[in-house]
Order: sequence, then C-alpha cells, then structure tokens
Amino acid sequence: MTTILSLTLLGVLVLLLGILKKKTLQLPLILVGLLTALALTISDWNTARHLFNEMLIIDNTAVAFSAVLIFSTFLIFMFAAHYYQGVQRPLDDIYAIMIFALVGAVLMTSYGNLIMLFIGIETLSIALYVLAGSHKEAITSNEATLKYFLLGSFLSGFLLFGIALIYGASGSFSLHGIQLFVIANGQNLPPMFLAGLFLLIVGLAFKIAVVPFHFWAPDVYEGTPTLLTAFMATVVKTASVVAMYRFFSHTFYGIYGVWETTIWVLAALTILLGNFTGVYQPNLKRMLAYSSISHSGYMLLAVVAFSPFTGNALLLYSLTYSVATILAFGILILVREANGNDYFTSLNGIARTNPVEAFCLTIAMLSLAGIPPLAGFMGKYFLFTTALEQGLLWLVIIAITGSAISISYYFKPIVAMYLKENEGGKLNSGVPFKAHLIFLTLLLFLLGILPFLVIGLL
Amino acid sequence: MASVPIHYYLFFCSVLFCIGVLGVLIKRNVLIILMSIELMINSINLLLAAFSAYTNDPAGQIFVFFIMVVAAAEVAIGLAIVVLIYRTTHSLDIDVLNKLKW
Repeated sequence: MTTILSLTLLGVLVLLLGILKKKTLQLPLILVGLLTALALTISDWNTARHLFNEMLIIDNTAVAFSAVLIFSTFLIFMFAAHYYQGVQRPLDDIYAIMIFALVGAVLMTSYGNLIMLFIGIETLSIALYVLAGSHKEAITSNEATLKYFLLGSFLSGFLLFGIALIYGASGSFSLHGIQLFVIANGQNLPPMFLAGLFLLIVGLAFKIAVVPFHFWAPDVYEGTPTLLTAFMATVVKTASVVAMYRFFSHTFYGIYGVWETTIWVLAALTILLGNFTGVYQPNLKRMLAYSSISHSGYMLLAVVAFSPFTGNALLLYSLTYSVATILAFGILILVREANGNDYFTSLNGIARTNPVEAFCLTIAMLSLAGIPPLAGFMGKYFLFTTALEQGLLWLVIIAITGSAISISYYFKPIVAMYLKENEGGKLNSGVPFKAHLIFLTLLLFLLGILPFLVIGLL
Repeated sequence: MASVPIHYYLFFCSVLFCIGVLGVLIKRNVLIILMSIELMINSINLLLAAFSAYTNDPAGQIFVFFIMVVAAAEVAIGLAIVVLIYRTTHSLDIDVLNKLKW
C-alpha cells in the first residue's frame, strides 16, 4: 500500500517540478524517490495484509515482485539522462507517465480481486500507449502507438468479457471467492466459467506477448523510443506474467484442468516460434523483441508448474531477465545514437573502439542465452528443474531446444563485434553511463554465482 | 428482471460483443474501429449489470463504473493518437501505416 501511495506521490511531484521548470532536479528526485519506494516496499516484508476488503493482498510474493519492478524501473531511469540529452522539450510528462505505469504494474502484482487486476492492467496500458507515441515527430513512433493502442484496447475487451463470464459463473470477483467456487465444482466447471477463463488467458497472453498474440510486439518495440522499449520488455512483461501466475496460483492451486493444457500449448508455441523467428531478424532491436517473446514462453513454465518453489524460480528468472535485457537495451541506445540504425552491421568491430561496451553486450547476450556462470543460466536452471519436478518433461525438452536455437541469434552481435572489421562506428558513452553498464554486468555475475541471495526468499 | 431469464442477456451481450469484434477486424477507418471497441466494452457493461441484478450482488454494478471511467480515459488517449496520426499522414485509414513490418 505504501508502495502505491509513494509512487503516485512521486509521479505528481515530478509533474510539479515540471510546472516550476526545475529540469535539473527531476531525475535526481525520481532516482531517490524510486529507491525510497523500494525501501518502503521491502519494509512490508512478512507483514501479509489484506486491504480494502481483499482488493489488494500484500503478501511476500507481491512485495518481492513489486521490488523487482521498481528496481528495473530504477535501472532504466539511470539511462534517461544520457538518452534524452540534447532534447529541448520538457520531459516531466514522460517521466511521470513512466512512474504511473509502474503503479499499474505494482497493482498487477498485488491484486486480490479481478477489478483491481483490470484497473492495474489499464493503468499500465494507457500510460504505455502514450509512452509508445512519445516521439511525436517520428512516423514509426506514431505507427507503433496506434497499433499498440488499437490491439491493446481490443484485447482488453476480451479480458473484460472473460472477467464478466467468470463473475457470472462464480458470482464473485475476488480471488478467494473464485477459489471457493473452483474447489466446490472441482473437475466439473461450468462451460461459462471455462469460456471466461479462456478469454482471460487470451487477454493476459496479449499483454505478455505470447504466441499467437505476439504479432504486435516486434513492430511496437521497433517504433517505440528505445528507453521506453526497455520498460516495455522488462517491467510490463514481468508484471503481466506475475498477474497470470497470481491468478492461477490463488484460484487453482493444485487443481488441474483444461486451462493447464492451454497454457502448456501457449508456452511451447511461444518458445519455438519466438526463437525460430528470432534467428531471421536483421537488427538488434527486433532480435531483442523476439528474445523477449521467447523468454515470456519460459516464464509461462512457472504458471503451469505449481509447487511452493515456483514463485522463487519465477522471481529469480524475472530479475535476471530484466537486468540482462536492460543492459542490452543500454548498448542499443548507444548504437542507435551513433549510427541512426541498429542493424547488426553497425556493430561491426566495435570491440576495438569500445571494449567495455562490447564486453557488456556480450555478457548480456550470454546471460539471455543461459550460458553457465551467468545469471540467466541460474534463472533457467531453477525454472526448468521446478517444471521437471512437476512432471512437465516434454515442455522442458521444448524449452531446452528453444534455448539451444536462441544461442545462434544471441551470438550474432558478439560475432559482429569481435570478428568483423570496424567500419568507423564508435559509440559515445559518458563515464556515468559506462559505470552503470559495468554495474549491470557485475549484477549478472553476482546473481549467477550467488543465486541463493534471491532464490530462497519466498 | 425475473421475467427475462439470464441466458437471454448472455446471448444478447455476446452478439453485441461479436458485432464489435467484427467491426474491429473488418473496418479500416480508425474512428469506426474505436466505436467498435466501445461497443464491445458497453456490451460487457450490460452483461455485468445483468449478472449483478440476477445474483443480487452489487459488485458487478460497481465494476461497471470502473469500466466506464477506464473506457473514457482510453478513448481520450485514443482520440489524441488519432489526431497525431492524422497530422502526419492526413488519413484515417490504418492501411496507410505500413512503415513497420506487420
């Protein structure tokens, strides 16, 4: 609760600073504010509370994932000063909307009632429609925002229809009420409930960008300003996956049915198609878009595999995925700034001119691919072993095959950077930017070597 | 309420919803797509109100208020985006936008 209040207050304060034209104070205030919100969130640890008649349930899962979301946003904001340097227009609106989107994401991790889930998703989405189009002069940004808006509100309609049908069948919006209904009806759930469940899965699958509802993601990611794409690929994805995980773990704990097969198929399709299509992408940003699609497939494993440990695995996975992706997007910001595009050829030979950046991108790619000493490997290891313990052998085989395929495209930028001749490209990053990149790289090593900092928490 | 069974409402709202879905899928004009999305959302509002009255539980009707507020915010953003698009392309046809691969 304090998280949501403090973040909302922070957003309003940023807008206020915009009115007072205190441009230089904005970013420091946001960074301090986000750290404060993070501290306030963590102070809720082990004080499980049910607020507003079970509208919000602040349990340890909610606290942990909120902390991951706020931390990711903090990491993204560290790039903002460099990304927006030289931009004349006031930026308080973009910053404030990002923070408001984060409030929506936090709601999605701590809801106890489908009304709150809907409010959270819409707070996040409406803010994102604006952010996707925030580069008003670029036609690609305009196109991205229109596509995202039309498809997003269309699929929100499906989500809502699903919630309405679930309400009609079970007579309740609260997770607890739905759980009682599921327990009472066991394997004989009425068709209306199943139809509602299916539509709810469709709506959430769109937000997570799961195959076959992923087609918007590469286009929208490509058109959106890069800093905000990083936000979409990490915060939005984590929040949506956690929303789905929370729904199923609260209502269906241990009760299997048709929905499990549905998510099984979705996860398998996402892992295979996301990785296969990723191989054919010509540039880094679209490649990262497909990488994020296939990673949402891996995260769905956690939704299918129920055990007390699943939450831990998902927590570690989302944290490692977020850190690695933000690091990759940090380099992407530099590449686009230096070359105006992000084709793999523009990375040629930058290992000689920019050894630090090249090394950081290599680590990010290796971590996303899941190479052993790095964080991504630990994330995948715990997720896959939990899934195996739950008897999802085939899904794990598919996931491992997918990871093997993904190595081929994660190595493309590494090959370009280290083995190709330089064509005069040089990335310009300042000292603070470089320090942040190195911090993220170290974090990937730390989480890879000591995953037990995170894994035993929940 | 008692004279009209609940599945009439369910059927009617599903048909309305499907008309909205078809509108989104078939029409190429952004404004008409927006109206179709509104139709979808309003059919859900009606369904929720019907369920709510049928089960004597106010939660459904409260949710309708939330949906109305959110839909209003969504349309405000949507129209702003339409204006933005119109300024750059001078068209309301969504097929004009093909810079990014679909």
